[in-house]
Amino acid sequence: MRGGRGIEQSRHWPRHVVDQTSWRRAIREISKGQGDVLSLWSDGADVHMAVLDHESSDIGIVTIECPDGRFPSVGHMHPPAIRLERAIRDIYGFQAHGLCDTRNWLDHGRWGVRHPGLKPEPSDAAGDSYAFLAAEGAPLHQIPVGPVHAGVIEPGHFRFSANGEVVVRLEERLGYVHKGIQQLMVDAPLDRATRLASRVSGDSTVAYALAFANAVENALEIEVPERAIYLRALMAELERIANHIGDIGAICNDASFSLMHTHCAILRERVLRASHVCFGHRLMMDRVVIGGVADDLTAEGESALRALLSEANRLIPPFIDLYGDTTSIQDRTVGAGHLGSELANQYGCGGVIGRASGRSFDARRLPGYAPYPDLSFKVGSAHAGDVDARIWVRFDEIKASLALIEQILDKMPEGSLRIESLPASSETFEGAALVESFRGDIFVWVRIGAAGIVHRCHLRDPSWFQWPLLEAAIEGNIVADFPLCNKSFNCSYSGHDL
Amino acid sequence: MAMIFEFVVQGAQMILVLALAPLLIGFIRKVKAQLLRRRGPSIFQPYRDLLRLMRKEVVLADNASWLFRSAPYIIFGATWVAASLVPTFGTGLMFNWSADLIAVTALLGSARFFLALAGMDVGTSFGGIGSSRETMFASIAEPAMIMIVFVVALIDGSTQLTEIAAHMLAHVELRVSLGLALIGLVIVAIAENGRIPVDNPATHLELTMVHEAMVLEYSGRHLAVIELAAAMKLLLYFSLVACIFVPWGLAPHGADFGAMTFGAAAYVIKLAVGGFLLALFEISTAKMRVFRVPDFLGAALMLGLLGTLLLFVSRSL
Repeated sequence: MRGGRGIEQSRHWPRHVVDQTSWRRAIREISKGQGDVLSLWSDGADVHMAVLDHESSDIGIVTIECPDGRFPSVGHMHPPAIRLERAIRDIYGFQAHGLCDTRNWLDHGRWGVRHPGLKPEPSDAAGDSYAFLAAEGAPLHQIPVGPVHAGVIEPGHFRFSANGEVVVRLEERLGYVHKGIQQLMVDAPLDRATRLASRVSGDSTVAYALAFANAVENALEIEVPERAIYLRALMAELERIANHIGDIGAICNDASFSLMHTHCAILRERVLRASHVCFGHRLMMDRVVIGGVADDLTAEGESALRALLSEANRLIPPFIDLYGDTTSIQDRTVGAGHLGSELANQYGCGGVIGRASGRSFDARRLPGYAPYPDLSFKVGSAHAGDVDARIWVRFDEIKASLALIEQILDKMPEGSLRIESLPASSETFEGAALVESFRGDIFVWVRIGAAGIVHRCHLRDPSWFQWPLLEAAIEGNIVADFPLCNKSFNCSYSGHDL
Repeated sequence: MAMIFEFVVQGAQMILVLALAPLLIGFIRKVKAQLLRRRGPSIFQPYRDLLRLMRKEVVLADNASWLFRSAPYIIFGATWVAASLVPTFGTGLMFNWSADLIAVTALLGSARFFLALAGMDVGTSFGGIGSSRETMFASIAEPAMIMIVFVVALIDGSTQLTEIAAHMLAHVELRVSLGLALIGLVIVAIAENGRIPVDNPATHLELTMVHEAMVLEYSGRHLAVIELAAAMKLLLYFSLVACIFVPWGLAPHGADFGAMTFGAAAYVIKLAVGGFLLALFEISTAKMRVFRVPDFLGAALMLGLLGTLLLFVSRSL
């Protein structure tokens, strides 16, 4: 995948501008399983693809110029890229040549403008019709669900083709919460861009802020103080624990097992309160800043965390017993929503979903980022690929994160919280980062111009490669099991729609 | 004079089931909330909900037929009559001569029939799903109920609730077949009332709903009437279990006012105990897969069948 013209301003991971032949060769190699597409995006002029090479475990970015607004489709050979290409076309109007699915994805025809990223053309906001894929046959019927749901959740439309109770095909339609974050980032100063990045998906605000900060720091070659690195990891692990506990409770609640839901809600609340004591915000929003962190951990905060650790370590084993010994909930989760390892590997599916289907990828391990190489932790894994496996991996990760917090507290170095000032530069630099959120790996790429103005930024939520797999996992299950499977995936609408 | 008194007592029974039904729902919700360490809404909240729904306007789909508009009242009427027939605080009431278990089953069956039709009337997919699931469950729940009725009838020599209660009080004895019938009746009651593990009355997941899916298109006073009917149905099953299996405290025919008051107090205690047990059971189990419900109900059917067989076998010995 090397070759082509190297771009010097791209730091940390190399970027190469390639011609069509090399681009197609890269696609072929990826489609043979020699690499994962980490993301595919456009900056309004070129199309970039970040690739993780399986053999060398290196990450590189390949770029193809598309002066005539066309580029050879990746999704044509490698289906995980299909929705990314449809999104590129909606925002920038670049056509993926050879892509079979030409329907709009994020653009529902309600923005009042077409291609807002490149040459905005006004259009009426009446809404486009959308041709759902047909599943034909006499006993089949369609069940439209959403985008407004009976519960207070994010909006997304699900079209089921069902044979009685059995799901024959599920098709998702997303994009209802498109906020245009990547367009808002254009020409934004760094502090505003950091705030924007923190708000891509509120439940993983620390992970997003961390990913954005890492990308910027990679671009500007900023050395972050040691103490800030540990504090960032502390926040990231607290966020992971809170979300995993919440997820386990929510999955059980979708099977009407309210006892587990209540236990988890109480423990999650304790984690959030401890976070509030430590960092002054329950979700720790805006606590990670470029070049460091905003708040220090006080003695009071540390004792709150120690108390939380002992309580969580005491409570988690009974929770595990309660889940594992209740046959009624086991009966629902075991075997439901099975996702095979082939699909998980093909889609480069990260997070709990990938790890429950035998893909043991964790961005904290590979490519790895500070301080994780200095800490020891176990990455949870399972092979069953069902709802049950996803719950067990979550339990494993909670235990691992609790152990990580303990190590972080023990090893917490002294020192400053953030760098004095950002390095002044008159040049343009690019940087990228891959950070593990509780959902999986977040990829961020950023191009920063003179005086710390963000030229372009791309944020790829882990859900991009998980939503399509939900469609596969639900096949053959019954309609009434969908909420359970969906919750066990818990993909982000906001992060995906951006 | 006696005629008027009987009339008043029967009227009191009808008002009682109507008035107590939302309180029972509120009580169960409160107990569940407390067991889950939540404060929970007041036990009178269901009354406020009904009042709120009554005041709201009714939103009808354009293609809703007369059936959709009249079904709530038919369901309400059938359920109210059925609930008034089952003895609560006393037996031998004016209408009790018709308080036949088979009649009660038939009345509830008719109510379900109309609810399932109404669910499909507007043609939304959720209504159809709900009706199809409800009908699937009913096709086993109703035979199971009939088998349980036979068990009770074989023991007590009647399907009339007044006589059953009197017989039970006169011949207190432990019988295996009666135990089987009790378990079977509880299973049927859980399924018929859409409680966990069969259906979740508090769910917000439209794809898993059964009863809620059928009434999804209802609003305003229609919804209020349907919800009140559902509450009365739950009360009815509680009364049924209490009348057949724990008839102590029931005021006999021609009892004075004092005995009836005692009967009412005993009834409220029975409801409270039953409501607490239901809440406890509901929080300790998850909902079962939709296709598992027929197995669950099949157990009730099997228990009823076994009970009947057992009685025949023991009688011929």
